[in-house]
Amino acid sequence: MDTPQSRLGPLHRSRRHRGDALFKGLTAAFAVLIVVILADMALEMARTSRASLAHFGWRFIRSTNWDPVREQFGALPFIYGTVVSSLLALILAVPISMGASIWLSELAPVWLKTPAGFLIELLAAVPSVVYGLWGIFVLCPFLRNVVEPLLGKTLGSLPLFQGPHQGFGMLAGGIILAIMITPTITSVSREVMKAVPNVLREGSFALGATRSEVVRMAVLPYARSGLVGAVILGLGRALGETMAITMVIGNRSEISASLFSPSYTMASVIANEFTEATGDLYLAALAEIGLLLFVVTVALNIVARLLVWRVARPT
Amino acid sequence: MDSYQYRRTRDLSIRAACVAAVAVAIVPLALVLTYVTIQGISGLNWSFFTQLPKPVGETGGGMANAIFGTLEIVGLASAIGVPIGIFAGIYLAEFGNNRLGKTVRFAADVMSGVPSITVGLFVYGIIVLRTRQFSAWAGAVALAVLMLPTVTRTSEELLRLVPDALREAALGLGVSRWRATLRIVLRTAAPGIATGVMLAVARVAGETAPLLFTAFGNRFWATSINQPTASLPVQIYTYAVSPYDDWHQQAWTAALVLVVLVLLLNVSARWVLRQRVRTS
Repeated sequence: MDTPQSRLGPLHRSRRHRGDALFKGLTAAFAVLIVVILADMALEMARTSRASLAHFGWRFIRSTNWDPVREQFGALPFIYGTVVSSLLALILAVPISMGASIWLSELAPVWLKTPAGFLIELLAAVPSVVYGLWGIFVLCPFLRNVVEPLLGKTLGSLPLFQGPHQGFGMLAGGIILAIMITPTITSVSREVMKAVPNVLREGSFALGATRSEVVRMAVLPYARSGLVGAVILGLGRALGETMAITMVIGNRSEISASLFSPSYTMASVIANEFTEATGDLYLAALAEIGLLLFVVTVALNIVARLLVWRVARPT
Repeated sequence: MDSYQYRRTRDLSIRAACVAAVAVAIVPLALVLTYVTIQGISGLNWSFFTQLPKPVGETGGGMANAIFGTLEIVGLASAIGVPIGIFAGIYLAEFGNNRLGKTVRFAADVMSGVPSITVGLFVYGIIVLRTRQFSAWAGAVALAVLMLPTVTRTSEELLRLVPDALREAALGLGVSRWRATLRIVLRTAAPGIATGVMLAVARVAGETAPLLFTAFGNRFWATSINQPTASLPVQIYTYAVSPYDDWHQQAWTAALVLVVLVLLLNVSARWVLRQRVRTS
């Protein structure tokens, strides 16, 4: 016969364990949900774009012919527009972001670090559509009336800066993207530089290095792979950015060497045509562009995370 | 070896270049905020907040439906995304030092980089196609998916900051694990988590792309969450690309309202965190 004590004990304990197990199971279910959503996203996009994948195959990314009426879909102009505008954005944003993050983490007086960092983060908080609005009514006219004539006059011999000055086009798209990815690259780079051990800095200072030499010889080499990761994260954002660039890039599906001429990006064509797409093949073609975008940005993100983690591993 | 003078000059010029870079990075923020304020404020009046959009050609009218729609969609999105994110964060912080934890963390990080427009496509596929209806709640699901990674990861990070001594003390007093987690650990981390949540909400409140083919838009009041619903960002977009001056004016005013909303959320999120740091 059991004593009441020993009968109660295990019962009491098992009940508590059940509560804990239930709680753990519940939180685990929500955690797994995140993985499920990500996987489902990939599946869903593959499913929606199946018709187009089967019908066009590789032709889809090689053809420049986008003709919804004849149901001919080639995405090359959009791929071109996305890649070129993103590269342009990187060319503009990387030097600025690197300078800004070096200043924020290494050079700024302590009392200025927080407010300046906060301002840069606010830059990321402004909604994309507001940048687009500003782009339409302020940036594009400014480019058309001031910047493009100037570039045309001085560097007009290059094919990059030829053609009519329209304001709306690749240049405007690249600039808007650059503004939008600068805070991303800056804040990740800053985290990476913060993770550089202080002994490296102290050692260089002790050897008589100036501040900028410390950055160049101790901080940057150690942080390099993380900084590359930060830039790739920025690239990922630029590729997927939709609203602002749709509003300023001109939305014409042509491939032109000139930065002044209008272009079209993958995200923009989805935004513009998806709700008006009639016919299953048209929808599938747009979904395939979305799938491409998804696969590329996910791949870039994975690479970027791995690079950033080599320097600054969170938790 | 370079001369001292040369090195000093080079040091100064590099530092100057870095300061210049910060200035260049902040200039667009100043420009955008100035323009939005100047252009937007002239259209700011009572009817902007209380009236529906007028038909093309008639001046006046407001964006009452879009303002309400944004609050509704973002509210619903938070109701879906915040609890899931916090619970997933609890799992990662309390039980997540294993393979599953690693996978989830990785998935959340990858998800935070997925373009918002593809999230819109995804929700279009799983909800709009099946219900055959653009709706506020489809929009809310899209925004919830977007805020999920941020909420999860910040919750995890802040829960990890709670000292183990607190957990041990609670368990030592005979409190069960789940009660200790919810009533002691979660409560200790609450202000920080609130900051993370507010930042995530601020981020999705301005999202346009995922709403284009989920919540769509509406020039009238939506009578239920199963109908196409107007939102400020989508309204700004439609008005900005329209050919009408009056609509442009309204777009600027709407942008001002949206920016004020988003920045208020941002600033107060940081303020909450600062209060917390001061008291501890």
